[in-house]
Amino acid sequence: MTTALAGTDRYLEEFERLERRDAPRTPAWLAELRRSAMTRFVQRGFPTTRDEDWRYTNLSSLTATPFQTASSLPAHAVPAARVNRLRIGPDAWPRLVFVDGRYAPEHSSVKQLARGVRLSSLAEAISDDETLVDQELIGRHLGRYARPDSDVFAALNTAFVQDGAVLYVPAETTIATPVEVVFLTTEPGALSQPRILVVAGPNARATVVERYVGFTDQACFVNAVTEMAVGTGASVEHYVLQEQGASTFHFSTLHAALERDSAFSTCEATFGARLARTTLTMRFGGEGGRGSLSGLYLTNDHQHVDHHVTVDHAVPRCSSRQLYKGVLDGASRAVFDGRVIVRRDAQKTDAAQTNKHLLLSDGVEVDSKPRLEIFADDVKCTHGAAEGQLAPEAIFYLRSRGLDERAARRLLTLGFVREVIDRIGVESIRSYLDRAIELRLGTERGSKEMA
Amino acid sequence: MLSIRDLSVGVDDKTILRHLNLEVRAGEVHAVMGPNGSGKSTLAQALAGHPAYTVLGGEVTYLGQNLLAMPAEARARAGVFLAFQYPIEIAGVSNAAFLKAGLNEIRAARGQEELDAMEVLELLEQKLALVEMDRSFLNRPVNEGFSGGEKKRNEILQMAVLEPKLAILDETDSGLDIDALKIVAQGVNRLRRPDNAIILVTHYQRILQYVEPDHVHVLFDGHIVKSAGKELALELERKGYDWIKDEAAAA
Repeated sequence: MTTALAGTDRYLEEFERLERRDAPRTPAWLAELRRSAMTRFVQRGFPTTRDEDWRYTNLSSLTATPFQTASSLPAHAVPAARVNRLRIGPDAWPRLVFVDGRYAPEHSSVKQLARGVRLSSLAEAISDDETLVDQELIGRHLGRYARPDSDVFAALNTAFVQDGAVLYVPAETTIATPVEVVFLTTEPGALSQPRILVVAGPNARATVVERYVGFTDQACFVNAVTEMAVGTGASVEHYVLQEQGASTFHFSTLHAALERDSAFSTCEATFGARLARTTLTMRFGGEGGRGSLSGLYLTNDHQHVDHHVTVDHAVPRCSSRQLYKGVLDGASRAVFDGRVIVRRDAQKTDAAQTNKHLLLSDGVEVDSKPRLEIFADDVKCTHGAAEGQLAPEAIFYLRSRGLDERAARRLLTLGFVREVIDRIGVESIRSYLDRAIELRLGTERGSKEMA
Repeated sequence: MLSIRDLSVGVDDKTILRHLNLEVRAGEVHAVMGPNGSGKSTLAQALAGHPAYTVLGGEVTYLGQNLLAMPAEARARAGVFLAFQYPIEIAGVSNAAFLKAGLNEIRAARGQEELDAMEVLELLEQKLALVEMDRSFLNRPVNEGFSGGEKKRNEILQMAVLEPKLAILDETDSGLDIDALKIVAQGVNRLRRPDNAIILVTHYQRILQYVEPDHVHVLFDGHIVKSAGKELALELERKGYDWIKDEAAAA
């Protein structure tokens, strides 16, 4: 291993300790994957604001904080009632729950899955000798999309990869209900690095809901990586609800690889964390793919929310839609970098990107940057960014109908994010988000809002 | 019901209304007419409490209360309604959610129970018929993508739902074709009751064929220069506003 860069040495020590500890039960392919990812991480080190992709997001407070790998801390018991309160959908949703990155079977329920569907914790899948098929599957996909050599947080996650969720949906199979994976952040000072792998075979259909819930307001470091392989003609709907505690550093790297005629949608709602960074890449690997990426974020105080989205139109005749909307209050800050690459052969590409911010206070800051890199000539690409405050005329209109200023602002703010919520295909997620947003904007008469 | 005495109002450091006086009693319909720029819309907005309009002097008493001291929402809750000349589009808020929010605020102020979503929907469906709008209007975002006529009908729908005591219609008739005008007029006539009053601010006499006013006032240069019965509207229609300007200049 090369010499550690500043901030990486403690991760390297921890890596070597875990490597020794886990050596007897680690398959060779995994040991190799981890080690090469660690090498990559140590070579690169944490990014600084001199890196173009991190220009507006300063990680010095993250790198200065000593975190402990959650898997080397004692397991934290969470009362069942507390977990049950988090339910957003019907009881019948299959659900995997993780506490500080570690699978918690007592809170999980994996049942009523269609024939051939495999849903399990990653740790079980890679340690259980009985399920060698799983190992082969995982070895084939893990680290292939969110590549350690292209992203330092993917490298860090891969170096420590231990647990998370694996969902495999075989060809021609539909999972009727959403699959929920819930990551609870409970232990102050812990670093957890969940890994999610979703593989949808040809013409498979699935909906995955990924949730991050903070049970502590102390500083934590969560570095999640999600990889989605969407097979030919398959359709995957993905949701991310991030409700971390106020002092958490939350990193989420999502990579979706779409095969021919497949459809992928992801919608991310960001509420928590002091610093939240989403690095999302969607790559079309076959013609006729359709991708919809959307997100909404509500920030306050000194929160910092950063989205870096890359859509790679590598092949012809694919369409992508991006819609990101942020509501900023307090002294919070939002960064949005939306990159659309249309490669030379990717004719008939149809790409649209929209990023809008609603600024509720004078102390907020927004850096929004669309980047279109178009190398084909027969394409349709649009992008739009806008930021503004609530229109005084609209506020007066609502006041003239009896709403006070606060209620008027609240209703207009709900209206601003509605466009994103309307894209959500699962009714119980829509209503959960409606409630979550209303709660954050303050309760009001007529809380049983119609929309 | 409404007593405006010596009212002066400015906007952006410019005085628009100068010493305006107007008395409106319950059960009356008043038409306020006048050429462009005479201050008609300023009067409407000032009565509704638009914060951009500054009261420079005078007083307005509404049902015994000092109207000018009340914020816009308090005026609405006390029964004042302004039908906007240019209704505002609100993205992402359905007409139904908007009406429900306003209605429940106003009901609460009247000491009535809040209505739930289903009850509001029932009420809205009755009122929709009045302005000949179909159900789909309830789920559409407020005024977004509405034609000019639909926006004006939507204002009348809101008025019908909120049941104001004093309705001020700011050029609700302008830009309407004859069918829409009749629908709007019919909505206004339904509201006409002995215990409430209507101020129709208009440039044209046309709507007054369908909504018969008790009094017609001419507003010019920020105050009322002439008041009479409904025959004045016809005279204005025939002769235009120039003779009013000449009279005012001579006075």
